Amino acid sequence: MKTCHKMGIQTVAVHSDVDSSAVHVKMADEAVCVGPAPTSKSYLNMDAIMDAIRVTGAQAVHPGYGFLSENKEFAKRLAAEGVAFIGPDTHAIMAMGDKIESKLIAKAANVNTIPGYDGVVKTAEEAVKIAQDIGYPVMIKASAGGGGKGMRIAWNAEETREGFRFSSQEAASSFGDDRLLIEKFIDNPRHIEIQVLADKHGNALWLNERECSIQRRNQKVVEEAPSTFLDPVTRRAMGEQAVQLAKAVQYSSAGTVEFLVDSKKNFYFLEMNTRLQVEHPITECITGLDLVEQMIRVAKGYQLQHKQDDIPINGWAIESRVYAEDPYKSFGLPSIGRLSKYQEPLNLSNVRVDSGIQEGSDISIYYDPMISKLVTYGATRAEALARMEDALDNYVIRGVTHNIPLLREIITHPRFISGDISTNFLPEVYPDGFKGHQLDVGTRRELLASAAALYITAQLRSQKVLGDLRVSSSPVECSHWELCVQLEDGSHSVEVTKSGNVYTVEVDGGKVEVSGQWNLASPLLPLTINGTHRTLQCLSRDASGRILLQYLGTSFKVRVLSKLAAEFNSYMPEKVPEDTSSILRSPMPGTVVAVSVKPGDPVAEGQEICVIEAMKMQNSLTAVKQAKVKSVHCKPGETVGEGDLLVELE
Amino acid sequence: GKPDPSRSRPSNLVRVPSLLLAVRAHPHLLLAHISVFHFLAHCHPRTRKAMMAALSVARSSCRLINGLRTSFRSLGQVKHGAVAVAVPPTNLQRDCRWYSVSHLSVKERIDRKRTAALVGGGQKRIDAQHKKGKLTARERVELLLDPESFVESDMFVEHRCSDFGMEQDGNKFPGDSVVTGRGRINGRLVYVFSQDFTVFGGSLSGAHAQKICKIMDQAMTVGAPVIGLNDSGGARIQEGVESLAGYADIFLRNVMASGVVPQISLIMGPCAGGAVYSPALTDFTFMVKDTSYLFITGPDVVKSVTNEDVTQEELGGAKTHTTVSGVAHHAFENDVEALLNMREFFNFLPLSNQDPAPMRECHDCSDRLVHSLDTIVPFETTKAYDMLDIIQTIVDESDFFEIMPSYAKNIVVGFARMNGRTVGIVGNQPKVASGCLDINSSVKGARFVRFCDAFNIPIITFVDVPGFLPGTAQEYGGIIRHGAKLLYAFAEATVPKITIITRKAYGGAYDVMSSKHLRGDVNYAWPTAEVAVMGAKGAVQIIFRGKESQAEAEAEYVEKFANPFPAAVRGFVDDIIEPSTTRKRICRDLEVLASKKQINPWKKHANIPL
Repeated sequence: MKTCHKMGIQTVAVHSDVDSSAVHVKMADEAVCVGPAPTSKSYLNMDAIMDAIRVTGAQAVHPGYGFLSENKEFAKRLAAEGVAFIGPDTHAIMAMGDKIESKLIAKAANVNTIPGYDGVVKTAEEAVKIAQDIGYPVMIKASAGGGGKGMRIAWNAEETREGFRFSSQEAASSFGDDRLLIEKFIDNPRHIEIQVLADKHGNALWLNERECSIQRRNQKVVEEAPSTFLDPVTRRAMGEQAVQLAKAVQYSSAGTVEFLVDSKKNFYFLEMNTRLQVEHPITECITGLDLVEQMIRVAKGYQLQHKQDDIPINGWAIESRVYAEDPYKSFGLPSIGRLSKYQEPLNLSNVRVDSGIQEGSDISIYYDPMISKLVTYGATRAEALARMEDALDNYVIRGVTHNIPLLREIITHPRFISGDISTNFLPEVYPDGFKGHQLDVGTRRELLASAAALYITAQLRSQKVLGDLRVSSSPVECSHWELCVQLEDGSHSVEVTKSGNVYTVEVDGGKVEVSGQWNLASPLLPLTINGTHRTLQCLSRDASGRILLQYLGTSFKVRVLSKLAAEFNSYMPEKVPEDTSSILRSPMPGTVVAVSVKPGDPVAEGQEICVIEAMKMQNSLTAVKQAKVKSVHCKPGETVGEGDLLVELE
Repeated sequence: GKPDPSRSRPSNLVRVPSLLLAVRAHPHLLLAHISVFHFLAHCHPRTRKAMMAALSVARSSCRLINGLRTSFRSLGQVKHGAVAVAVPPTNLQRDCRWYSVSHLSVKERIDRKRTAALVGGGQKRIDAQHKKGKLTARERVELLLDPESFVESDMFVEHRCSDFGMEQDGNKFPGDSVVTGRGRINGRLVYVFSQDFTVFGGSLSGAHAQKICKIMDQAMTVGAPVIGLNDSGGARIQEGVESLAGYADIFLRNVMASGVVPQISLIMGPCAGGAVYSPALTDFTFMVKDTSYLFITGPDVVKSVTNEDVTQEELGGAKTHTTVSGVAHHAFENDVEALLNMREFFNFLPLSNQDPAPMRECHDCSDRLVHSLDTIVPFETTKAYDMLDIIQTIVDESDFFEIMPSYAKNIVVGFARMNGRTVGIVGNQPKVASGCLDINSSVKGARFVRFCDAFNIPIITFVDVPGFLPGTAQEYGGIIRHGAKLLYAFAEATVPKITIITRKAYGGAYDVMSSKHLRGDVNYAWPTAEVAVMGAKGAVQIIFRGKESQAEAEAEYVEKFANPFPAAVRGFVDDIIEPSTTRKRICRDLEVLASKKQINPWKKHANIPL
């Protein structure tokens, strides 16, 4: 829409009930409500959207990234009404939208493809048979889908059956089409895609690659352009094949050809996305093109302005997808909530944030949990990465759990920095799941020192009662404190000396100097720790010394007590938390799809107990021990919140 | 409340000889006692001006003091004017010389007594206290107050009971079963008593009560809050009626101090029988989870009288009193958390009714716009939202100390700051029971409003109320008189009152919630406000009874009444404001209202519908 405003085009936004105050609605010149929250009744409701088009007299439709952007029916109906679809022609969507068909076309166009079964799989048993023919591991995915939805990897027959069931359900609920296909799963691959741009006159360009290997559950998390892995020869080969494919389907508009690249730089065609991708801004950064503008031009029938030789690689761009999800649970389970505070790091240079939300927005269970795309740009990769670190540290999100801890760990991980990545990066680097930043001696000291200094700042402020003559004029302001700071790993004795705004903190045999502006109301704490600039965030602070500090992306629970309080605290009894092994709680908010047990049933360890759907993803919850079901507290169709009791075991 | 002199005199007569004996034995001990009397005698004229009832107590004591003083004078050595603590020791030694066997031995005795006082009931009992997860009386005081600010009084006071072998040396503990004195919390004066469970289970003797009364009287004369740390098994049975008299003396002072200085009780152990009425009379009662109990009669008596089986925890634990009975205002995990939170809480309070609400250095901009508020009220009028979200984003640094967070949750009350200044916040909570007013929420709100009014704390009210809760349970329970309490409290309050109608303000509940008609200083409506006698559905059924097109009528009603205009055109709200500007507006208004002066007609006291 920013591009449209720039080009002098008036805009109309469509929205559902719950999104009526969303950013896109506010930015648009006009807005039309197309139905209630569930996507099938609003953003996927073609009748309502066609009505909206007629009412507003719109001449063209930009379908965005998801929903109807690759729906051939929709494109057809638009064509019938004489409304331009800002995207490729119907036949191209049709050809590429179906993964089975697209593979055949790609093969015909001499594009490298992955071995697999070129047909629709009808039953779970058939799926097992095909999987055995191709050889495990195999990937089961929705024929109509994209974006990782309805996609499962299976390593054996049992997983194939389970995967078949989930994928077909997810495919049905997300795309209204439960056809599945199976192909060979390439182990240790990289996901690299080529951006193409074609006009209606048979011209097509490749706009370099995007490295999208960092994924979780087949959804991209961190992307960059260019890739550290490609040499100019491979890049050219991939680009040319992508253009061949585009030309083969008489493609017009912007599109993306996805490839899997193995360690020997062999690449296989994966699929073609006939829409603008979420990660398009990084391509814009390094090429200097506005893709939305180009799409509108192409839709209008103009010829491309550029030639292949005009497409540069200028600098390096990195995109982090900031999600409302808990990274500590399988690298990200959806979380919901209200953004009580939201502040984008736009004060930093060369940072771009594309988001559809704002302070006060509700992250509901109905849509994708994406908060924003955070893009940083630099002349070199190191510069772009350093900016990304800074941007993540300065990004204020309160009210929902978000994945910034994970993002920050990824971009600072030695393997990522060296470019040694694959789509298995996350499970390889964190085999036991993501646990947040691991402190070393130095960073632990910094954290403890910052917490101690913040605590003292708050304590001193409590004594600043204005205009009250009855406050004791204590002879000298205290400037030395002995504290005890507790972290998860135990207690640390800390000595703090203050002079001006500078705290000198002695901790664990080391000295740390912390200084800053110490604004207790600001969510950001820009500090200078031992001469290095670091932005911490104070997430919460309470009267009993508990401070939740976001440091290096991860939030740490710290408790600061005076020496005396710490000594007394040792007398306080530990309160025993409830035994959770016999209680199954919902790990996230969502809808109960199925309950597989009833009271009295015996369950084995790992047996599925129920299935929760959230953000269009189905999650199977299993028993953590062998037991008998005591009681069931949920039923299919029910909406549950995070932490709600679902099933009790004996 | 005039105490019967015939009751107090005989017991005092018993005290006199024993006191004189003590004086002969320990001249320094004499100082402590005399300074009590001296203080009382001196505070007498000032107290008279302040209140008539307290006078009678003081007067009865004074009669006794005068008697005592003459007896001291007759000894010819101690002039009463010279018996202040500040008197240089050399003087004292000269004056008292001929009572002591040797100068050194007195010093030794002082030291010994002090040491004894510091360990209370002895190391074994201290260990037992720690084992229960509790701190000792002195540890609690140490943690509550600023380092080295505690000034103890009556360290040498001992009980005076001579029955049941209590007079024996081993049964006397310097300071008896309570530690008293004054100190500072973040530099601000406070008086404290802390009952010592290691001495006779913290039981209340005449001396114990006398110590508490002394610091309460001092707190009243200088105008400073009193914090009581309760950990007591109850009355000292060996002392009989003397102990009961002690309770009554404290109760009377609680009542006299009510509305003069803030009084806070922190229950950190048992508090049973008549003793519970002291916390009940104070402004705030806080409890420690799992280790504190408040009940009139314990589980054993309950069993024998009503045949109910109930545990201590169920009967009078922190959970019961913070969720079911509404006796306690907050519960904390353990002693350390309770005391640290008490320090935080204390920062919100003025020292007395003569002091303004405190103003702390504030780092939060007073003109900060809160954009998230523009979308917080849902479009469907039946959909709930969390009033705490509004409160927390508006107040300074999201710092909101909620009072009674687990009781009558359909109303939210608590303390916060606006641009550094303490304010009391009252808000209907749409998330719980649609935010309706019922018996419990009315009483909870009313008590809080009255506290704020008594102590010069401005009240900010957020209104989203569909009305009073209907039903037999409510009517039989007396919602009429209980609801009247909240109405009464808002109406009589003369502190600055700012009201924001966020959504519904229906029926009588609209009037009650600090409306313009009850002298609200500034009343705002958000664009989402609906001020009407009732919701559209009910109203239409009455206005258009029997009419066919109910839906059409409803639409007409909504168009007319489900918006802030009817109230705004009449001036019942001063302005319709953008929600994001609420903080800015309130901060500005409070600045103006700081000089508000409003006085209710003279009365002996008002008659709130109890």
